[in-house]
This record gives sequence, C-alpha cells and structure tokens, in this order.
Amino acid sequence: MRTNRFLVGAAALVLALNSAGAGLAKDKKAETKADNPAVTFNKNPYPSTYRPYPGQPVLITGATVFDGKGGRIDGGAVLLKDGKVVGVGGSLADLAVPADAVRIDGTGKFVTPGIIDAHSHLGVYPSPGVQAHSDGNEATAPTTAEVWAEHSVWPQDPGFSRALANGGVTSLQVLPGSANLMGGRSAVLKNVYARTVQGMKFPGAPYGLKMACGENPKRVYGGKGRMPSTRMGNFAVNRATWIKAQEYRRKRDAGKLETRDLAMETLAGVLDGEILIQNHCYRADEMALVLDMAKEFGYKVSAFHHAVEAYKIGDLLKQNGVCSAVWADWWGFKMESLDAIPENAGILYKAGACVVIHSDDANGIQRLNQEAAKAQGDARRAGIDIPDAEVIRWLTLNPAKAIGVDQQTGSLEAGKMADVVLWNANPLSTYARPEKVWIDGALLFDAADPKRRPVSDFELGQSGEGDVK
Amino acid sequence: MIARRLIAPRLIAAALLASAAAAPALAQDFAVTNATVAIGDGSAPIPNGTVVVRGGKVVAAGAGVAVPAGVRVIDAQGKWVTPGLVVAVTDLGLRDVEAVDDSNDTEAGKSPFSAALDIAAAINPDDMPIQISRAGGVTRAAVAPLDTGTIFAGQGAVIDLGADPDAVTAARAFQYVELGEQGARKAGGGRVAVQAALRNALAEARELARRGGGQGADPRLQDGAPERPGDALLNRFDAAALVPVVQGRQPLYAHVERAADIRMALNLKREFPALKLVLVGVTEGWMVARELAAAGVPVFATPLNDLPDRFEQIGATQSNVGRMARAGVKVALGAFFDQPRYAPQYAGNLVALTRLPGASGLDWGAALAAITSVPAEVLGQGDRFGSLKPGRAGDVVIWDGDPLEAGSGVLRVFIDGVEQPLANHETRLRDRYKVPTEGSLPKAYEW
Repeated sequence: MRTNRFLVGAAALVLALNSAGAGLAKDKKAETKADNPAVTFNKNPYPSTYRPYPGQPVLITGATVFDGKGGRIDGGAVLLKDGKVVGVGGSLADLAVPADAVRIDGTGKFVTPGIIDAHSHLGVYPSPGVQAHSDGNEATAPTTAEVWAEHSVWPQDPGFSRALANGGVTSLQVLPGSANLMGGRSAVLKNVYARTVQGMKFPGAPYGLKMACGENPKRVYGGKGRMPSTRMGNFAVNRATWIKAQEYRRKRDAGKLETRDLAMETLAGVLDGEILIQNHCYRADEMALVLDMAKEFGYKVSAFHHAVEAYKIGDLLKQNGVCSAVWADWWGFKMESLDAIPENAGILYKAGACVVIHSDDANGIQRLNQEAAKAQGDARRAGIDIPDAEVIRWLTLNPAKAIGVDQQTGSLEAGKMADVVLWNANPLSTYARPEKVWIDGALLFDAADPKRRPVSDFELGQSGEGDVK
Repeated sequence: MIARRLIAPRLIAAALLASAAAAPALAQDFAVTNATVAIGDGSAPIPNGTVVVRGGKVVAAGAGVAVPAGVRVIDAQGKWVTPGLVVAVTDLGLRDVEAVDDSNDTEAGKSPFSAALDIAAAINPDDMPIQISRAGGVTRAAVAPLDTGTIFAGQGAVIDLGADPDAVTAARAFQYVELGEQGARKAGGGRVAVQAALRNALAEARELARRGGGQGADPRLQDGAPERPGDALLNRFDAAALVPVVQGRQPLYAHVERAADIRMALNLKREFPALKLVLVGVTEGWMVARELAAAGVPVFATPLNDLPDRFEQIGATQSNVGRMARAGVKVALGAFFDQPRYAPQYAGNLVALTRLPGASGLDWGAALAAITSVPAEVLGQGDRFGSLKPGRAGDVVIWDGDPLEAGSGVLRVFIDGVEQPLANHETRLRDRYKVPTEGSLPKAYEW
C-alpha cells in the first residue's frame, strides 16, 4: 500500500511535468517576466487576519521588571496603551499615564515580555493525540519544502490555552515534524484562539523552513528502502535539492521559469533571505557540516533546534551568529541525544552564543520558565553565574530573534507589541505562575477571573470544561 | 502497607544479602549539621536541623539533635537535607538509550509470557539512567515492565540506586496490568476484551491455586504443577504468576486514566476480594476521588497531566493530585516516564498550585512526602526507607537550595549510609567541555 501510494505520487508528478511542457509550447512567445505566474505569484496567499483584541490602558507599578533584553528594574513601572508598550521605567515620572489606565499594584510580583516558544507542534500534533490529528509530518518524501504547517494547524488545540495560562506563552512558531530533511514551512502564531488559522497568524512574521539532520530522516526513509538511509545520504539529498533550488532561482531571475513549483518557491525564498532556516540537529559534528552546507549554497541557518551538543561548538555557533534552541535537560531518549548535558545553555551563554529555551512539547511549553531556571541552576553549579534578567532573554527576545519577530515583540520597549506577563513570583521559581497575560494589550488570561481563561471548542460540554488546568 | 507484610520475609533476605555484599563495609556513621532538614513525612522543613546516620540507618533528625561523639560531621552551611527520592513505576535499569532497541529491555511484545515476566532479572545497576537519576537525588525506585503482548506486563521490582551490584530490594513486588486504552489494544481491541481477558486470567489463577499450584516465593518455578483444565488460555507460568495476585499476596498495579475505568477497577474487588489494588496514572482520579478514598486504594498519579492527550484523559487537570489528596486518597507521584530526576520539579509545581485561585495542590511538606515517604508506603516499604524518621535507611540527599525549586541541585547523596559517586556521562562531558575549544591535544585526551 505504501509502495502504491508512492507510485501514484510519481505518476502524478510525470503528468504535471507533461502538462507543464504542453503549456510551455503553447504560451512561450506570449509570456514575459511581468505576467509570468512563476515570478509574480502572491507570496502571502493566506494572509493574517489577526487583529489585536480591545484592551484598556494598563499601568503596573512596583513590580520587578525583566525587560527581555537583559535589563532588570526593581520597583519598576510598565505602561501599556493601544496594544503597545508605551514605556518601562523606575518611576511614574517617566511615563505619561492616561487617566483611564487600569492600575495594578505589582508589589512582590514580576513582569516579563510574553514568553515565546520557537519550537512547538501545537495545532499540527494537537490533543487528543489521535491518528486523525497526526498532521505534523508529511512523511511521504524526504524533502517536502512545498508543505506549509499553517495548512495543518487545528486552531482548537486545547494545548494553546495551557501554554497561555500556565506558561505565559504569547507567540509561538509551529513547525512541521522532523521526519523529513526539509519538512516544510513553519507558522508563526499569536497564542490567541481564532476560528481560522489566519486569525492566529503573527502579522508580518517571516516563514521558517524546517530542516532536520540525523537519525529521523534516515530512519524514516531508510526504513522504506529509500534514500536517505544514512547521514551521508541526508547530505546528498539536501545538496541535490539545493542545487535544484539554485538553478530554479537563476531561471527565475532570468525570466525563464515556465511554471510554478511550491517546493522551489520556498527554497528560493530561503536563498533570497526571506525564509529562515530552522534546523533540527542534535550532534555538534552535524551542525558544523550544516554550517558549511549553508555556505556552499548561500543561505543562513537562523537556529539549530534541540542542539543538545551545541555546547561542544559554542565558538563556532557564535562565529556564525546562529541561535541554539535547546531543552534544559532532556537526555538519553535516542542515540543522538546521549551527549546532552544540563549545562548546555550555560556553556553556550558563556561562549557568547545565542541561547533559546524551546519546548517541542505540549507539556514543556507550559513550563519554559522552569526549564530556563533549571539551566541557570546547572550553569551556576558549573561555575557560570547568569543573572535572572539574562536568563529571561532566552525565553523572550532570543526566540523572537530566532523566528524573525524581534522588531515587533520579545522585549518591553516603547512601541513594541504589548505582549506581557504579570507573574505572581519570580518566573525562575517553580512556585511562580502567570497572574495575567496580555497579548497586544488585550487581557487574554487572568488567573483571578475564570472567564478570562480560553476554552477550546473541543472541550465544550466535556468533563472539566472551564476547569482550572 | 498491606504489601509490606507480604514482602517482609523477602526483604529480610535481601537486607541480609546487602549487608554481606556492600553496605556495612562502606557505610559510615555521619551527621549532617546546620541544615534545613525536611523529614519527608509531610512535616514542614526544620531550620538549623541535624541528621544522624549510624550503621546505615537514620538515628535521629530534626532540631536540637545531639551529634554522638566520634561521628563524622558534615556542616551543611544552611543547605537543605531530605530523604532520598522514591520514584515509582519507572523503567530505570531496563535501558540505556530508549530508542536503541538493543539497549532497551522495557518491551517483550513477542514473548510467549506476560504475567510471569520478572523484571528483577533484567535490572542493570550500572546503566546510565540509574547513574543520572542518582545524581538527581533519586535513591529508590519501583521498576515496572512496560510492554508485552497481553494486558499483563509482568512483575515489577523495587530497587535502590546505589553504586553497587545489589540493586534489587524486592523482586516480584507487584504485578502490572493495563486496563485502559492501552489494555484494549493488547486484549484484541476494546475494553470489553480487556474485561474478558482480565477476568479469565484471574479466574484461571484462582482455579490453579485451588488445585494447589502457584505457591511459594516464585510460583512459576514450582515443580509438579497440578493438572489444569483443558481449555486454559494462560500458559502455566503466567497462570502461576497470577496466583499471588488473586490471593492478595502480591499487589496488582493497574494502569487506568478514565474515571469510568477507575470505577471498574475498584469494582474488581467485589469479584476478587483479596486483590490488593494500586492504581497508576489516574488522570481523572479527581472525578472519583471519594470512591478511591472510601476503597482505601492508593495511587501513583502522573503529576501534571492537564491535556486531553487521549480520550481517556478528557478531564485532565493539574489539580488532580491536590483534589484526590484533599478527599483522603493516598497519592504518591509516579508513572512519569521522562526522567525520574524531574520528581522534585513536579512536586514543586503542586506547591505552586496552592497559590493559584481555584486550583488544588499540596503544601510543601506534603509535596515532598509525595515523592519520598508516600511512594515508599505504597510500595510497602514505608518502614524501611522514604523518610528521615529513626530506623529508616540512611538515604540522605544534600541540596544547594530548596529541593522543590527547579534551579536547585544535588550536592551529595547517601544510600544506606554509603556516600554515592555522582559522576556520570553528563558530568564527564560537562567537565571536558566547560571550555569548548581544543588545546594542544584533541579533547579526547582531556579526561
């Protein structure tokens, strides 16, 4: 059955090529670069319809403020208005406070930018995790750069609400899985329920392309008797695909494209610098090879994801300006995770490389702050002292940078999106939970108000609807 | 508690064995002074406390405890001391790398045996997860066989995580059975099939016992087994292994999540009154908390499930543990198969819930107890380890801060009074790569 499906796919491809050839013969003379659909196509055919929800101006005073870019203000004030951060300061005198502002006494509490997860599968592997919901891996060919995660995201995944209420997550990058060398485009979302995925899409966020090193692609395709079945096969398929993408781009720029090709459009977008590479890669040696492959074909890796051995090559990662999106201490679940160490983030930080704490998990996304705290503690015991405010950057501005939205969110700076969490204690404590979460200035979670807790369609009418989760 | 009674004779044997082999030879009398001492019995931590361990056992712990003359003193400098962590329903000792099948003994799906499988024989005390869990303060664990071709997974063991060859404290400590969605798959599809498989198995075991079979310390090994009915479905080993279960001499750990499945499990006791049930997972336990409490059935609850990951977990909430505990259910944390060293973080999250409007959690003392004394009690080992009460094993962990805080870590670990090595694959890599760049020789020469 599996073989049949592949044969059908191959046959369809041949047909597609044939019909493209026929079209070419007919239209060649009439076609110019200006009206060539392979060149002039709409790059944003499923545009974001997300609009910030209404919010009142909010003034938080007397709180410990971590601004997301490494700064800490004790007894600080934060003013939000019209969906934006107006200002952050040590006193009210710094801020022009509107008369109608909701005033919140933040004494003993903490304020951070909204938490950002650079690696989530919410929506594409939603709860309940039944086969009918398994929409994260188009595991039918080793490169599927043509698929887009947003076409799989189920906006009613109950996991979005848990990430908001327990984790203070306001933005996330939803990635295809890692079965494929090139798994498809990511979707960057605001963590706001909507009837459509377009209603969740982060306005103006770039796409990412998920790539994967190592065990998964070679296992999935080697197991089917197909290439790649080895790590060298992984690279060969990747390089052959990049060569095609370069050729496609040359033809495009020369006005010689004959037809659209979804996969090649994505790969050309990477080579154009418009689409960011998000590369699942565990081992240090493979990351180093990927960095050379990126140079070979002229693209940049935005972040290595999982990167459990990043600590071995912190210097190289710093030099190449690549972020490492890591867990605190996942270990030993597969061969390529055997050299994971809890000091990974700390050693990377000391090397001056960009650290991002990610989840890859519907439970972990609810405790990214605790993951960061664990990494900080393990670093401290290894003699690397990292201030809280720097650690908060691993959950806010750094992931924003890795997914390309750091100009809009990720730190508490005037003019940026008012994506803000008020915590009932230091978020690097296990005992801390979000008290209130604002997204673009709208209060979308309030621990004290059961009605400010989203309940997905799936949970309506079922046990525990609206329960504290 | 009931289980303790039946395991006791075996325990004594195991303890004697341990004394012959390792513990007393290395066990040192010591006192930890100037510590924040958490006994692990549910009480609040005690500042400026002392713990005294002699002959491998706790002699005294608390405030105003005198240090006997001649005992080595460890000044904790205000740091925290707890009993070693006890984590139940793990796969410790059964694998090195989960996804590397050759290193993984958690599955026996093609074996002709199921209930008869005895995990004790497979425990590898040198495996990396044991070393890494030990460095995380875990000193005792229950190891469950996880995956066979039937609803019965076989017989689990209680182990210690000491760096010595004698890992197994209690072999054949419990039988493990899948009664929910996973069980349905194993039984041939659907909960109806689970019910038939379960009842038939227990009935065959009862019949075997009636004919005098399945007795002795390891019922499988009995010679001259009696004749069985011609239509028996279980092989003789599996049937014999279930005799102690149906007679209540060996607890039956049943994995259930859905409220209805929990009720079904509790109802089993009507047909098989001697069953000593312990429920595992129990995501929807809060929905039947009163019935659980009334039945006196303890649970190993997966701590923070709050997603309807499966249809049998629709009512999942992090408040599950707190609500069950409030209703009087004996709740230990367990059955999280990621890493046992996460136990304190999970317990800390239950404390966090006490500060969240509408949520239920555990106070600090109860949260620590849920990963120390309570699991020890459910395992039937409460008088042997799991707290710093006098007479308990000298399982002592010194932490650099509040152990339930994610940022805290382990400084020293003692098991049966023996200080344990904490170096492992992770720490060795850390030491090598603290400075990642290579020096005058490759990294392979730095060790």
